[in-house]
Amino acid sequence: MNPPTVKAMPGYTEFHPRWYRPRVSVYWWLGEWRYLRFILRELSSVFVAAFVIVTLLELRALRNGPEAYARFLHRLETPTAILLSAISFFFVLFHTITWFNLAPSAMAIRFRGKRLPDFVIAAPNYVLWLLVSVVVAWLVLR
Amino acid sequence: MQKPSNEALLWMLFSAGGVIAAFLVPVHILLFGLAFPLGWLRTPSYQHLMLLVRMPVVRIYLFLLCSVPLFHWAHRFRYTLYDGLQVKHLNEVIFTLCYGGALLGTTVAGYLLWKMA
Repeated sequence: MNPPTVKAMPGYTEFHPRWYRPRVSVYWWLGEWRYLRFILRELSSVFVAAFVIVTLLELRALRNGPEAYARFLHRLETPTAILLSAISFFFVLFHTITWFNLAPSAMAIRFRGKRLPDFVIAAPNYVLWLLVSVVVAWLVLR
Repeated sequence: MQKPSNEALLWMLFSAGGVIAAFLVPVHILLFGLAFPLGWLRTPSYQHLMLLVRMPVVRIYLFLLCSVPLFHWAHRFRYTLYDGLQVKHLNEVIFTLCYGGALLGTTVAGYLLWKMA
């Protein structure tokens, strides 16, 4: 039997070699909690977009006058709206927490030759988040 | 030569939108979506909100709050559809709908806030 020859320039072959690509199920993210968590984190963006739409509706109602705004507020008081707000709130919190906790991976800061521990980079985000939230609430409630 | 890609710009918008959403959206939903409708806090008056919204700095704030997070959504939602549901054959349609939606939202936000004065 002849040993297989390796050509520097493989010639034309009629058939393309088949890649080894096992088919992944469309539901690959349902099997394991960390995959599901990844998809849920990505889907938090849908609730961010929903928040923007509600905010635009609120601005339109403000522009249309006090009666229109009162109608808008009334619609936000319906059980469906409150349920959607509650779900959105939890998804957006999930986004905030995962976003802040990614910061240490995104920036590996070294101090005296040692990498700063993760919480030293993540913690200032939480402090700033609290401060910003208090300022927004104070301006709205004043 | 490969066509220059605008992926870097879109990623920057995604990232900036993620930061804005992380810092600002929770308090807004907590106040306007839960605390006011459920009566935990006194709902601010129409006059007070109009006073705020007429301030240019607040309008710039609201414009950024509405616009940039939409690009964050567009990026994440696009890749969730690509990878999660494996609908790669609809790449162009999804791309157009996601970023078209973000641009539309930006336009509406700009228009409403411009007219608010």
